[in-house]
Amino acid sequence: MYVAAIFLPLLAAMVAGFFRHWLGDRGAQLVTTGAVFASAALSAVIFYQVAIGGQPQTIELLKWISSGDLQLSWALKFDTLTAVMLIVVTWVSSCVHLYSWGYMHHDKSVPRFMAYLSLFTFMMLMLVTADNLIQMFFGWEGVGLASYLLIGFWYEKPSANAAAIKAFVVNRVGDFGFALGICAVFFLFGSVNLDDIFASVPQFAETSVVFFGIEWHALTIIGFLLFIGAMGKSAQLGLHTWLPDAMEGPTPVSALIHAATMVTAGVFMVSRMSPLYEYAPTALAIITVVGATTAFFAATIGCVQNDIKRVIAYSTCSQLGYMFFAIGVSAYQAAVFHLMTHAFFKALLFLGAGSVIHAMSDEQDIRKMGGIWKAIPITYTVMWIGNLALAGIFPFAGYFSKDTILEVAYAANSGVGMYAFVLGVMGAGMTAFYSWRLLIMTFHGKPRADEYVMNHVHESPWVMLTPLLVLTVGALFAGWVGYDWFVGELRETFWGHAIAVLEHNDSIHHAHEHTPGWVKLLPLVVSVSGIALAYVFYMFFPGIPAALARWLRPVHLFLLNKWYFDELYDIVFVRTARALGRGFWQGGDGALIDGVGPDGVAAATRDIARRVGRLQSGMLYHYAFAMIIGVAAFVTWYMVHKAG
Amino acid sequence: MTSLANLSLAAPELLMAAAGLVLLMIGVYQKGDATRLVGWLAVLVMVVAGVLVLKGAGTDAGTTFKGMFVTDAFAVYAKVMVLGASALSLILSLGWLAQEEIKKFEYSVLVLFATLGMLMMVSANDLMSLYIGLELQSLALYVVASFKRDSVKSTEAGLKYFVLGSVASGMMLYGMSMIYGFSGTTNFEVLAEVLSEHQATGVVVGLVFVMAGLAFKVSAAPFHMWTPDVYEGAPTPVTAFFALAPKIAAIALFVRVMTGPFADLIGAWQQVMWIIAVLSMIVGSFGAIGQQNIKRLMAYSSIGHMGYALIGLVVGNEEGVQGILIYLAIYVFMNIGAFAIILSMRQKGRALEGISDLAGLSKTSPLMAAALAIFMFSMAGIPPMAGFFGKFYVFISAVHAGMYWLAVIGVLTSVVGAYYYLRIVKVMYFDEPTEAFDTPRLANRVILLVAGVFTLFYIVYPSPLLLTAQAAAKSLFAY
Repeated sequence: MYVAAIFLPLLAAMVAGFFRHWLGDRGAQLVTTGAVFASAALSAVIFYQVAIGGQPQTIELLKWISSGDLQLSWALKFDTLTAVMLIVVTWVSSCVHLYSWGYMHHDKSVPRFMAYLSLFTFMMLMLVTADNLIQMFFGWEGVGLASYLLIGFWYEKPSANAAAIKAFVVNRVGDFGFALGICAVFFLFGSVNLDDIFASVPQFAETSVVFFGIEWHALTIIGFLLFIGAMGKSAQLGLHTWLPDAMEGPTPVSALIHAATMVTAGVFMVSRMSPLYEYAPTALAIITVVGATTAFFAATIGCVQNDIKRVIAYSTCSQLGYMFFAIGVSAYQAAVFHLMTHAFFKALLFLGAGSVIHAMSDEQDIRKMGGIWKAIPITYTVMWIGNLALAGIFPFAGYFSKDTILEVAYAANSGVGMYAFVLGVMGAGMTAFYSWRLLIMTFHGKPRADEYVMNHVHESPWVMLTPLLVLTVGALFAGWVGYDWFVGELRETFWGHAIAVLEHNDSIHHAHEHTPGWVKLLPLVVSVSGIALAYVFYMFFPGIPAALARWLRPVHLFLLNKWYFDELYDIVFVRTARALGRGFWQGGDGALIDGVGPDGVAAATRDIARRVGRLQSGMLYHYAFAMIIGVAAFVTWYMVHKAG
Repeated sequence: MTSLANLSLAAPELLMAAAGLVLLMIGVYQKGDATRLVGWLAVLVMVVAGVLVLKGAGTDAGTTFKGMFVTDAFAVYAKVMVLGASALSLILSLGWLAQEEIKKFEYSVLVLFATLGMLMMVSANDLMSLYIGLELQSLALYVVASFKRDSVKSTEAGLKYFVLGSVASGMMLYGMSMIYGFSGTTNFEVLAEVLSEHQATGVVVGLVFVMAGLAFKVSAAPFHMWTPDVYEGAPTPVTAFFALAPKIAAIALFVRVMTGPFADLIGAWQQVMWIIAVLSMIVGSFGAIGQQNIKRLMAYSSIGHMGYALIGLVVGNEEGVQGILIYLAIYVFMNIGAFAIILSMRQKGRALEGISDLAGLSKTSPLMAAALAIFMFSMAGIPPMAGFFGKFYVFISAVHAGMYWLAVIGVLTSVVGAYYYLRIVKVMYFDEPTEAFDTPRLANRVILLVAGVFTLFYIVYPSPLLLTAQAAAKSLFAY
């Protein structure tokens, strides 16, 4: 059963991919969706047995690598953390599979799409069930591949190809860090098996390694390298640039991969490595700062973007920042809690946005929408619920998880914790603001689309709405239901050994004990103010934003251009790399290697051949002369040689 | 009373000498054209001589004619190759003579005598017998080179060959006289004894002259200059003959002289040999690049091949000699095949020699093109063709002897050489076809088939050649 839950999607992907002509669209949809639904059902059972029943287990499939000290197997590790991820992945994936029936209805390669989706699901499951780092890396790269394939799904579009490549390349940077981290782990611990590593972490707590002549704390180095990998996958500041561009992919892909599951792999991985990070406080501090900054930075950009999917993408980026700074203050449980609730409401938002785009004849610019709430009431409602959850309004899912995160940041009682708390609260305000900006501009006001589009506005078919409603349930109740298990009173029995927190680091415990009342209330107040501000700006006095943009033009441009990250990277990396490449190509390869190598040798060969040919004059006395000279030279050689 | 010379050891040579005279008589007294009859009889004589050589192979090595003539496994191996190459090229020649309507039975007799000279060279155990064999061979070759008397090119080739050959012979004689003067003997075995004790400078200088003469015969650089002109000018079957039998005989002689009487002087001649080998490889590979005439190309090719074979002699040990012997055997098959095709390059009865005439051969006669491609790949030394192994054995012997540079230069020049061999393949397979060739003669086709099969499938069953060559090389180092 455990194995089937993981491998059914792979089987389905292979069947749908390789027999797509035979199966047809409907066959492929049935096979893949059926498999993922089965997997989701099995995951629920697994969750019940492992997390609630408290029976973690590891299933070894087969030996994989046995090379010297490096011993590892394909093995599936099921503990609470894995079980939570299983639920998130398979359920959201099921919703997205079903939703795709409607959304991709007009596409001409449906089986390919479904096969990719199932392949992604399998890879994600491999990632979360990995019992060693290499296997995790396999899943990690596998989801990267699936993400690449799906972002570039409409490969006729140059922008989709560019976005796919960008996602892949930026992720390579992170993956390089991850790979180095794995190497460092093996170097230090002599094993890549998670259980072995965790067992021996305390022994190496004080170990240092010398690198570049400087002594480094070994675990900090490892933690930092692994976090670089997590930054790439989870689009944290610096390596976030691929995520907004990834919105080129079909919207169900954005919902599944770039909101709910793959981008949270970084959060999952760092949480999985919690026993190690607990001994690397410097690495945790770095994570806190990066996470908090990302949360704030992405929120600011989200306030001015006009593409409906990009707004949500920056929101995703921002929310991932929240999860990371929760990890940074050792509240892994809170991070995973937010991961779970976020998966539901963010997938809901994306699929809702997809429904809007569907209704608006593939229009994505919110400036060209408006006044459609009556035409698509169900979509409108679920978007409201999703945004309420995102903004963290009681009693929606986001309230429980986001508030906990802000509380633990405060309760961590450290400099970086306070930094995270301040930025987090400001981010929460902005989150509420841009969510309602999106909502109001999309659904209210006068219609700004042309008449043709407005006449075609229609509610999506039930095959798309049903997944929305399922996710709505998640967005409504996931926080309330999960609170006690994830971060409340029951958390110790719930998590078991899946997550380790040193006692003096236990910020959740601190948060429960000594948080002043205003800290609990502040985020809610800020959020409501953000919503109110959005109403003032976009509902009641629509002239304000334009005036503000004129007045604060540099700031507006700065935000609109996403802090100029793309431009900066273009100058620093892309152009330099291109110049370097051009230099190597023209100077190194063309002039030097080709010139001295093949071309040069060929030219020299021709030259020598010509000379040899010229010697062959046809004159008898030349030939005889050559012979005599030859003999004379040999005799002389011999004489000189002998004398010498 | 000294006992009578043991004639049985020289039975093949005696047979051929007698047969040559008889064939001459037949040719003169035969009414009508005797070319065909004498030709096939000459082939038969060579075959019988070959059988006699093989029959003698069982007996132990021995000398006769007062130590001037030696028979050992090495001689047997070389003689079989010489006789085979001569017979095959004579068969090819007969077809050509018929096609060109040249009715001169003397051709076959001359080839027979040249072959006799070669057998003498191979068995020479004395500077005197060496010279007699060499001259008998050379004189016959001078004549066949200019056999097409009404062709300016052919007579020019014959004359050039004659003059330069004389220079070489003169140098060699001069060298021999010096050797005799400083050592007091011409017999190889005695020379070896003398030189093992005392090595006079005069002997070494004389040896350099002898080497020059021998290098001329194998057309090794810098004594190669005659080769392209003579190959191009001589009638094509003569070119084929030149490229095969005399080369084998000369190399065999070269090996016997250097590793026999002058073995102890290896320190002196090794470096000279090194230069000769390297120069030959370079000239052979670079010189061929600009050529448009396929016979000229084959001339440079043979210069290069001699360079590779001489690597084994530079190494100068048993392994090196074994490499040479294998190389030569493979060389015979590749070349006889290539020449069988060159001799079949005819359009409406007119013989062609240009490389461009091969254009599109793959479309007009695919089997011929495939065969030539096999030979060219083999000559370029590309596995799994036989030519690769020929090169491999000599290179590996150089590597085992620590002569890395020699092997490296050999490999590099093979790369250059591959260029012009592959160019022929390219012309055949990628250029637009011209007119189709005439159907080749049966004899050519049979030879082509045998040579092609050997070249392609040598890799499957290499051990007979390997073991025979090993035994032959061993016999040379027995004393």
